[in-house]
Amino acid sequence: MELSKTIIGLEVHIELRTKSKMFCSCSADHFGVEPNTQTCPVCLGLPGALPVPNEKAIKDTIVIGLSLGSTIPKSTWFDRKNYFYPDLPKGYQISQYKNPLCVGGSLELDSGKKIGITRAHLEEDTAKLQHATISGEEVSLIDFNRSGVPLVEIVSEPVLSTSDEAKEYLEKLQQLVRYLGVSDADMEKGSMRCEPNVNIEIKESGKLYRTPITELKNINSFRFAKRAIDYEVQRQFEEFKEKREEMTPGNKQTRGWDETKGITVLQRQKEEAKDYRYFPEPDIPPIVWTDEDLKSFATRIKEIELPKEKRQRFLREYSLSDYQARILTDLKEQAEYYEASVRAGKEKGVSPLEIANVVINKRAGKDLSPEELVEFIAREKEIKEVPEEEINSLIEKYLEENPDIVRSFKEGKPQALGKIIGLVKKELGVIVSADKIASLIK
Amino acid sequence: MDSLYQLSILEAKEGIKKGSFSREELVKSVLSRIEEVEPKLNSFVSVNKEAVKDARKKDQEKEDKALSGIPVAIKEVLSTIDIKTTASSRVLENYYPAYDATVVAKLKENGAILIGKTNCDAFAFGASTENSGFGVSKNPYDLERVPGGSSGGSASAVAAGETIFALGTDTGGSIRQPASFCSITGLKPTYGACSRYGLLAMASSLDCPGPMTKTAEDAETVFNLIKGKDPKDATSVDFPEKKLQTGKIRIGLPKEYFSDGIDKEVKEAVLKAVKSFPEKDFEFTYVSLPNTGYAIEVYYIITPSEISSNMARYDGIRFGKERKYFEDEVKRRIMLGTYTLSAGYIDQFYLKASKVRRLITNDLENAFKKVDLIIGPVSPTPPFKIGEKTDDPLKMYLGDILTASANLAGIPGISVPCGFADKGLPIGMQIMGPRFSEELIFFVSKTFQTLTNWHKARPKI
Repeated sequence: MELSKTIIGLEVHIELRTKSKMFCSCSADHFGVEPNTQTCPVCLGLPGALPVPNEKAIKDTIVIGLSLGSTIPKSTWFDRKNYFYPDLPKGYQISQYKNPLCVGGSLELDSGKKIGITRAHLEEDTAKLQHATISGEEVSLIDFNRSGVPLVEIVSEPVLSTSDEAKEYLEKLQQLVRYLGVSDADMEKGSMRCEPNVNIEIKESGKLYRTPITELKNINSFRFAKRAIDYEVQRQFEEFKEKREEMTPGNKQTRGWDETKGITVLQRQKEEAKDYRYFPEPDIPPIVWTDEDLKSFATRIKEIELPKEKRQRFLREYSLSDYQARILTDLKEQAEYYEASVRAGKEKGVSPLEIANVVINKRAGKDLSPEELVEFIAREKEIKEVPEEEINSLIEKYLEENPDIVRSFKEGKPQALGKIIGLVKKELGVIVSADKIASLIK
Repeated sequence: MDSLYQLSILEAKEGIKKGSFSREELVKSVLSRIEEVEPKLNSFVSVNKEAVKDARKKDQEKEDKALSGIPVAIKEVLSTIDIKTTASSRVLENYYPAYDATVVAKLKENGAILIGKTNCDAFAFGASTENSGFGVSKNPYDLERVPGGSSGGSASAVAAGETIFALGTDTGGSIRQPASFCSITGLKPTYGACSRYGLLAMASSLDCPGPMTKTAEDAETVFNLIKGKDPKDATSVDFPEKKLQTGKIRIGLPKEYFSDGIDKEVKEAVLKAVKSFPEKDFEFTYVSLPNTGYAIEVYYIITPSEISSNMARYDGIRFGKERKYFEDEVKRRIMLGTYTLSAGYIDQFYLKASKVRRLITNDLENAFKKVDLIIGPVSPTPPFKIGEKTDDPLKMYLGDILTASANLAGIPGISVPCGFADKGLPIGMQIMGPRFSEELIFFVSKTFQTLTNWHKARPKI
């Protein structure tokens, strides 16, 4: 008996960073906010309150879809997903079932493997349940600040075949939505959540068997995702050896990742697919896009340079190595900082490659502006043109001549070294760093 | 001036303006009328004790607003801030909304005084108020009979002078049928013309709040104040300004609305009413709405489906009482709707009904290519006796046959008094038009009320 294949599909939820919630005007920025201070009749599900969809959230979802190469159906609508849970005040979640905003598409891994996207749809987040003990009594508290925050669900095809691929997919997806500026996509804060669906294919005497699918929950970092999948693959293999249970439509189960124990724990054994009694949300008219709408979405996405495009342009324009381009484009802010520095460097004769080296090796101070960074590199270059020993012996000479400076420095006044910097500059025309001088003080 | 309560909005406004009486006197007249007849009628779930104070304040301020000091009764399914809104269900016996429904807010902004909250079938599920958790309301024309429903309390209150006007809601006939049963005027507006925000949803795709008044003119006044796009209701729309047509008004009489199943006296009264329109301005033809017969089936699949979902929030956790307090009809519709939406059944019920709904709409749209308006009866029978249909929900459902189509198609319809049956029981005439044809409907209704006096009749109670 051998493990022939691991099959992983990922359901990812991303909270959009819109000003207001999905269906009301309450603030959507709920992280760290005092509980139940951002609520209204709509997100509390009070009788008679009605949802009015957030246009920005709809458009942001479409931008995510387009960046994944999804098709945008001309007509779409919201559906009600009916189920009971204390964090769902209306008794149903406004979601999308039959006609999601975005259909199809893919996300490419570094290996060149394309991970198919089934769909991306928009829904509302639920309230947040907290289980606590108050005056010795075990209670469940509900914070409705999160209720109604726009949530995009992105579902991949079950085509990921290793936990590393799953991790890379998640990292790439996070990078993408951050590039688009539509979400913080922070796993720890819960603005990005993922639920891997995992099972394995086992080969025995020329026959293939598939184990029951497990949906993994309680994963709040990419590292956990990888560890949970790895554990689950092993667990399913062992379980199959023992029970020989194969996948059927009714035996999918939900398991939670326990990070401290490093295991997955059974949460729910699904008898069969839940009946959510989906039907079109009558409180929100269907959305029908005009050709102009679709064109303007396409224009908006064209104006955004996606991570892969940026990386390729960096390779091309700045003669960087693949590694350098990747690091520099990892974060959009980093890439923007780099390019601003390149522009500033042009005037000072500092090359993009020189800037890349300094930025990647974090040699310069963290808070330098692009101009200051270029200045720093330029000075560093000047220093290099005078032999190191010559500079060192000059510094040592001045230090000997000025014991008061050394004393001040030792008393905790590093600014005293400024005089030495001035003297060296005057003598050799180079600027030395205070750190360098300090290292020469015995 | 002991009969101020009998006045229409227009008359009351004029009286206040001329100084013939104060707002306080008007409100007091209505309140004493309530005290007098309410024990017999049970139109209200609660009466607003602050009303006199409100009126006095408005008198002092000499408030200059369209409805300043005019008492209005609001159906129990419309949210009123800090005033108990029970939907006439025991489940919400102690529910006080934190906000006003948009239509209520608009009336208040225009100076109206909330006189009380009117009884209805629980959550507006019904056609007689017999499903109320707070007892049945009585028909002021015959206390043995129902005032109709679900907005029965609003209808009996207006008819008996317990208010100057009222708001009701209409999902399958719930404004028009009680208006017909109590000989008042009631408009079910175009779907989306009046905001549903704050209306405790029954079937979201059909619910319409609307005016219930003593005259068509009053209904028009109120409608013009409450209509319009509401940023809080995505299905609401701006009411398009249209010029009233010139030339003859073409009116269609649907054959199906005068078929064998309709009470003879009702048919005769409506056909007689039709004859009172002058030939030089009106042209009558028979039209056909072949899918009328399916309206009930479609309606009783679509509405319970939506109801089953809309009722889910009444879980008794954050507000209201436990679900065991739901009235029988509420439970019945939750069960029906849960079934018609379930996997394996949604195709043959909810989705199929949605398709037939389209056919019913097509019927009406086709008819409106040939005629400007449609006239027919509102209810197949005059008001029935309390208890007559309670054992047979299906029989009760069939009463919606002539009104449900307008809701399924989203078109406006009005009920205006057009006569009485032998036993002195009111009969209403229904005028329906294409979406946004309210102005024409009002024009024809007002014309009818200048030609006849049915709307001036008052019950002897």
